[in-house]
Amino acid sequence: MLIIGEKLSIIAKRVREAMMSRDKGPIQEIARKQYEAGAGMIDANIGPAEDGGEELMEWMVTTIQEAVPLPVCLDTTNYAAIEAGLKVHNNDHGIAMINSTSNDPERFPMLELAAKYNCLIIGLTVGKGGLPADEEERAAIAAEIMARAMEYGVPLENLYLDPLVLQIATTQDQAIKVIRAVEMFQQLNDPPMKTVVGLSNISNGCPKHIRPILNKYYFLMLERVGLTAAIADPVEMKEAMEEKELFEKVLQGQEIDDKEKMRVMKKTIDVIMGNTLYAHSYLEM
Amino acid sequence: MAFAEPKEAFPGQVVPVTIGSEIQETFGGENTLPFHKFEGSVPNRPLIAYEIQDVPPEDWPETVRKVYEGVSDDPVKWARYCEDELKARSIALRLVGTHPDSKNLSADDAATVVKGVLDAVKVPIIIMGSNHVEKDAEVLPRVAEVAKGRNCIIGKAQEKNYKTIAAAAMANDHKLIAMSELDINLSKQLNILLTQMGFSREKIITDPMCSALGYGLEYTYSVMERIRLAALAQNDEVMQPPMLGDVGMYVWKIKETQAPEDVLPEWGSLEERGILWEAMTATSLMLAGAELLIMRHPRAVEYTERFIDELM
Repeated sequence: MLIIGEKLSIIAKRVREAMMSRDKGPIQEIARKQYEAGAGMIDANIGPAEDGGEELMEWMVTTIQEAVPLPVCLDTTNYAAIEAGLKVHNNDHGIAMINSTSNDPERFPMLELAAKYNCLIIGLTVGKGGLPADEEERAAIAAEIMARAMEYGVPLENLYLDPLVLQIATTQDQAIKVIRAVEMFQQLNDPPMKTVVGLSNISNGCPKHIRPILNKYYFLMLERVGLTAAIADPVEMKEAMEEKELFEKVLQGQEIDDKEKMRVMKKTIDVIMGNTLYAHSYLEM
Repeated sequence: MAFAEPKEAFPGQVVPVTIGSEIQETFGGENTLPFHKFEGSVPNRPLIAYEIQDVPPEDWPETVRKVYEGVSDDPVKWARYCEDELKARSIALRLVGTHPDSKNLSADDAATVVKGVLDAVKVPIIIMGSNHVEKDAEVLPRVAEVAKGRNCIIGKAQEKNYKTIAAAAMANDHKLIAMSELDINLSKQLNILLTQMGFSREKIITDPMCSALGYGLEYTYSVMERIRLAALAQNDEVMQPPMLGDVGMYVWKIKETQAPEDVLPEWGSLEERGILWEAMTATSLMLAGAELLIMRHPRAVEYTERFIDELM
């Protein structure tokens, strides 16, 4: 499982300020922490970056790779910024990843870059109109993205299909559909297609204290159906992997010694599977 | 082999709620989908309450205002009219005059009105504030006290004011409307918060927020449907209170119940249009699961009751 550290995102205030003032300290510190927790790649989310995106992405890539021996996942809708980042990317630390293309024609040029620089690319299974309704719609879009990738000369092993994780607090029924989509995506090719998720979106809008719980157990449910990569908090994912065996037991309906943990796991599984209706206090019921 | 009729049985059941003192009414209690008597037990009829208010209904359209001409200037007369002439099974008193943007009547003013109405009629009473979060938290505890012993429904408690209002309903032994804004997860959350403060789930009426036909009815319908399925199929205890369709106030403010015939002749009779609009909205929500309806026009109520007769 490849964990792509999510923490260097412009959405976080501290990161945004460091980006704007080109202060390497916080960026490198966060990169290092994620590396130590087991991240295999670092996501650099600079937002739409319409002004000065190229220079910012260059700076992010070099700043991160100065601190950690990892490849970078270049996360922006700005085509020129992606290319600028790819140009300075140090491939001795691994192959870079583009985040992302989709079935929206405006995003097709990203595939050109993936072919030109022979790097990895995320294919978000959304089209131009609206969010996918279920796993079938996601798989249909995935097939179109695969065809497009081949057309642009991107090898399918470089394409990571992303089913788009949605918020459990508002679209609970999508949680299980995303798990099914990850299963279906793999069957679209032989060898199986690679898959990736933006994991933490599952718990977006949920109370702070339950976010890690939802993130971890949702991750384990995706992991067991063959997910290849997750953009996530590496510290949380490390904890998740430590709980993997216990979680599997609970999922199989077996007892574990830690009754409180078992209760939390069971309730979270029920919410993810749609067996009980989500509410912010679902763990307290 | 004999044909066996397929039947769907559910593990869960809607909570039956009884309101009123001298005269009582019970709604809810079914263990099957709305009106599916062929699959389970539907022990109680949905209950329709006539809406009245503390101040004259100046913003009600002519069609429904004229019905109450001569009585709507006084909530006591109005309530008596509903009970005696319209044979109302229940009355819903809305204290709109307490809203700061209306007459900003005080909690004491509201208490006087409530007391007058309670003394005048015997049917079960629903007492609602003006839907102003802070003002309701002032007014409703006061009127809950005045209504002690009458086993009323008090409302509406929302996420931002539920503590005060629920405490007052609990202390004075009333039922409570818990309202959230068209979000099933927040609706569940509010019911959890209420039960966590010791309020019995058996005294809650869930209001997922109403909307009129043509103005988002399908959202209310879908949320109600999903709440009901959670209650029955998932046996989700906090989702098992009966549901409210606060129909009248949403229907009688839309264009279709107000646009005059000379402006839109192709829409037909204004009066019929409004009445049917209210009846259609009400019957739709009953099919989604509403057991308590608050309505305004007697003929819309009559149509809805006839609809219930046919399905019960």
